[in-house]
Amino acid sequence: MEPTPDLSHLTRRDYDRIYEPAEDTFLLLDALELDANALRAAKPQICLEIGSGSGCVSTFLGKILGSSVLYLCTDINFHACRCTFLTGVQNQVILDPINTSLDSAVQYRLMHGVDIILFNPPYVPTSSDEAEDAQEARTIEGSWAGGFNGMELTNVFLERVERLMSFQGKFYLVAVKQNDIEHIRRLMLHSHGLKSEIVLQRRAGREYLFVIRFTR
Amino acid sequence: MVRLITHNLLACHVKGCTSNNFPLEFKDAKLELREAEYNSEFIRGFLPKIEWKALVDTARQLGDTSLPLEQPEMLDDEFLKNLHHVLLEIHIEEGSMICPNCKHDYPISNGIPNMLLAEHEIG
Repeated sequence: MEPTPDLSHLTRRDYDRIYEPAEDTFLLLDALELDANALRAAKPQICLEIGSGSGCVSTFLGKILGSSVLYLCTDINFHACRCTFLTGVQNQVILDPINTSLDSAVQYRLMHGVDIILFNPPYVPTSSDEAEDAQEARTIEGSWAGGFNGMELTNVFLERVERLMSFQGKFYLVAVKQNDIEHIRRLMLHSHGLKSEIVLQRRAGREYLFVIRFTR
Repeated sequence: MVRLITHNLLACHVKGCTSNNFPLEFKDAKLELREAEYNSEFIRGFLPKIEWKALVDTARQLGDTSLPLEQPEMLDDEFLKNLHHVLLEIHIEEGSMICPNCKHDYPISNGIPNMLLAEHEIG
């Protein structure tokens, strides 16, 4: 059992600006822990987390896989990039944060080059305007406001993710019931040839959460 | 911290800027050297993912001339250790990265590369 990363260096003031790890974060940690042996056995070289926020998830993955992996972490929120880096330091994991939207700036060089992709997207259904404004403002709201069906930003990334995945690549996506899990899985299979499995699902308060793993 | 391993994976992504958009050129780079754990297996495994000329040119611009212009066929320990140092131990903390094609300026502050674009620059 890997312990949850030490986040004691982050304060209330940080959590006014970045997403504080919650049930959805912990479900993703549990999914990675379940897959730990398979992930290690595949000897990944590059991991990429989209929207790394506090850095909790990539740090946890870093604890599972060790130091001979490059952990790239993107976030549109500069403060989140700082927190990601510092959470790595706090837990002796080196994370490389990049302040960018989704995989922009690395998509050109990482074509079919990423072994593990993690994305806990803004999945809460909101108005489209709310989701768009939040991404533009690069604030904490962008960590949860998901627009129509909670899928607006996720859909953009789902169109791109296959191009990033290496031959043995695995993509972990967090979603909620309102996102229509079966629709996502069918779309990824038919449009991009990616198979999927639900690794974990759990009810947490009003949310019904899923972690889906996609592979070739 | 922008390490050269990360820099080797970053390209300009301004709308329409699709050729000669890599590697980004450092400007006013403030370096820090920090030791990292040496793992020859990782360095060997990563080598095929590296754009060699971009790495060597960038390292030389930053004053590190330890890497040969041509990738050697024999990967001896001295070479791998130099490569380890260049990829993982040179950190750019402040400065910026300029696209060789469109001259877009991507600033680095507190070690974080800002690769964000304005709305009209997004493809």
